[in-house]
Amino acid sequence: MLRFVTAGSVDDGKSTLIGRLLFDARQIFEDQLAWIAQASEGRGGDGALDLALLTDGLRDERAQGITIDVAYRYFATARRRFIIADAPGHLDYTRNMVTGASTADVAVILIDARRAVPSQARRHALIVSLLGVSHLVVCVNKMDLVEYDAAAFERIVAEFTGFATRLEIRDVTFIPVCALHGDNVVERSVAMPWYRGSPLLYHLEHVHIASDRNLIDARFPVQCVTREPAREFRGYAGRMAAGVLRRGDDVVVLPSGQCTQISHILTFEGEVEEAYPPLAVTLTLTDPVAVGRGDLLCRPDNRPTVARAVDAMVCWMGDRPLTPGARYVMKHTTRAVRAQVDAIHYEIDVATLHRRPASALARNDIGRVRLRVPDAILADPYRRSRATGSFILIDPTTNETVGGGMVEGATS
Amino acid sequence: MAYEVPHLRALEAEAIHVVREIHAQLDRPVLLFSGGKDSVVLLRLAEKAFWPAALPFPVLHVDTGHNFPEVLEFRDRRIGEIGARLIVASVEATIAAGRVEEERGPRASRNRLQTTTLLDAIAEHRFDAALGGARRDEERSRAKERVFSFRDEFGQWEPRRQRPELWDLYNGRVRPGEHVRVFPLSNWTELDVWEYIACEGLTVPSIYFAHPREVFMHDGMLFAVGPVVQPPEGQPVFMTSVRYRTVGDMSCTGAVRSTASSIDAVIREIAATRVTERGETRADDRYCQDGMETRKREGYF
Repeated sequence: MLRFVTAGSVDDGKSTLIGRLLFDARQIFEDQLAWIAQASEGRGGDGALDLALLTDGLRDERAQGITIDVAYRYFATARRRFIIADAPGHLDYTRNMVTGASTADVAVILIDARRAVPSQARRHALIVSLLGVSHLVVCVNKMDLVEYDAAAFERIVAEFTGFATRLEIRDVTFIPVCALHGDNVVERSVAMPWYRGSPLLYHLEHVHIASDRNLIDARFPVQCVTREPAREFRGYAGRMAAGVLRRGDDVVVLPSGQCTQISHILTFEGEVEEAYPPLAVTLTLTDPVAVGRGDLLCRPDNRPTVARAVDAMVCWMGDRPLTPGARYVMKHTTRAVRAQVDAIHYEIDVATLHRRPASALARNDIGRVRLRVPDAILADPYRRSRATGSFILIDPTTNETVGGGMVEGATS
Repeated sequence: MAYEVPHLRALEAEAIHVVREIHAQLDRPVLLFSGGKDSVVLLRLAEKAFWPAALPFPVLHVDTGHNFPEVLEFRDRRIGEIGARLIVASVEATIAAGRVEEERGPRASRNRLQTTTLLDAIAEHRFDAALGGARRDEERSRAKERVFSFRDEFGQWEPRRQRPELWDLYNGRVRPGEHVRVFPLSNWTELDVWEYIACEGLTVPSIYFAHPREVFMHDGMLFAVGPVVQPPEGQPVFMTSVRYRTVGDMSCTGAVRSTASSIDAVIREIAATRVTERGETRADDRYCQDGMETRKREGYF
């Protein structure tokens, strides 16, 4: 199963690309086609099917002609099952791009072949890199409007590469496409014989993502305590966040530091020998140690930091800016703790990737922030383990999720 | 390959994680059960999430009074097997109490009335979370739904006010009177649901499988002749082999011609189908392009 997020500016043709992908892969159903045909007429186009309508689902955005919220689409080929997170390109909705990218294995960014790399594409590339998405596909779209010219494609490749070298994305692929006519989306383009790479769908079907998981650092955040008094059963339910745990392994419970062993790894189907991400299991321990939700099990010689202060990259999404001294609730794995902003180290200028000082982070800003968490979180750097390196910030007065953060450094 | 997880197992693990989060974060959750295939899967996932302990919260069925009798019988049997506490909220009672008015006319249905009954039940029992089996692939406005979907004190859904959902960190914080609808099957497709049912050996109401029924054509869909729906003047009635792809209530759920009488046959049929589940069989979605979105804003499932 592969999850990919799509991003691009309004008018770059992202929705058309997805519609084309689904249409050419024969994943669009007849009733959906009928609905598109009907709605395309209402739009006053030239009668051609407006495939973008497939993904613009809400009333408001159909009226406005833009995408407001992340839409999830599902399709499968013989080779792979896909989940598309279609994120809006409008500046105001960057928070939705962050949402879509947070669970993505691959990011697909669209750039209009006629223009220079826009700031919105840079912002998306930065977010993709920050959120640890390992694979990026840049589709240079509307190639028909530049006469399928290889030089136009190469120019964008060069410009984007220059920008992206400073980002930490392992694998970047460029594909020249025309979403409107279907070139290089599913079918290879006959108009661009100079392009020797794969069409988009082939690339998505074959990109290797299995090695992106962390199978080294065992991390088991306790989600619930399961009790069955009749059988004197007490188990700890949760999902393996990273690494592998086996029956009999020595483990330590954090933050208390108590040591014990795993006596059984249980599932509804029965006992298993080992647990690894993303499986949900219930563990029992050999000693009657005190364990509750929010605690974490790991190996004694490989622990996350019991952190009372963290330095993190934060994407701000709230209406009210983040400022030093502000207090939030931080949710990190299964732990919800008080957090206070100690300092804002800097904000990132998305266009240049340069850092600049900031006294506050406003909605859609990205910056490096120091937070104090007196009740501690059990953290790893995000680069090492997404699940134990990520957190959200909640405004306790409104209950809104106002920020997403990625741990870079943690101190006890 | 070492540590490879088949996609159905990955979806299952994600759903179990979501169910456990609800239990951990909220005080009074309830599981919405219609007897349909999605709620059958949801119930199994909830069983797995808390095993070996029993389901720690009750199950709620909003009964329109127009349910297929096979579905009601199935509901009672299945809930009895699990030993869960079943609460039935009745749309007929809501109508009798004067809270809503029965629709009239050729397209009358109690579908939309369910919203009031549901919200009343949530208020009466002070539920702060309701788990449902809705999937994102079902319908356009559901494609944008969060896993944890916030509803205000009127039970209403405002798409622009939903909380960003990052990684698998869910924010279920609510104030008294508010509640959150949670959809553990958000990323499952119709095919995934059936494959899981096959894989787990789950039973579903018999109407999902081909059987002979007296039907008539109306609005491009096949409807069963019954106490709730009668054919319009002059519309021919005929006997044919049909099954139901979705279980709504009898007034707005169409049947499809089919000979698929086993789960494997149903799966083959769905894999080859060219029409979506709701497109083929749900009259409630057809009445306007925005049918589902409008109902959701009012507080529908």
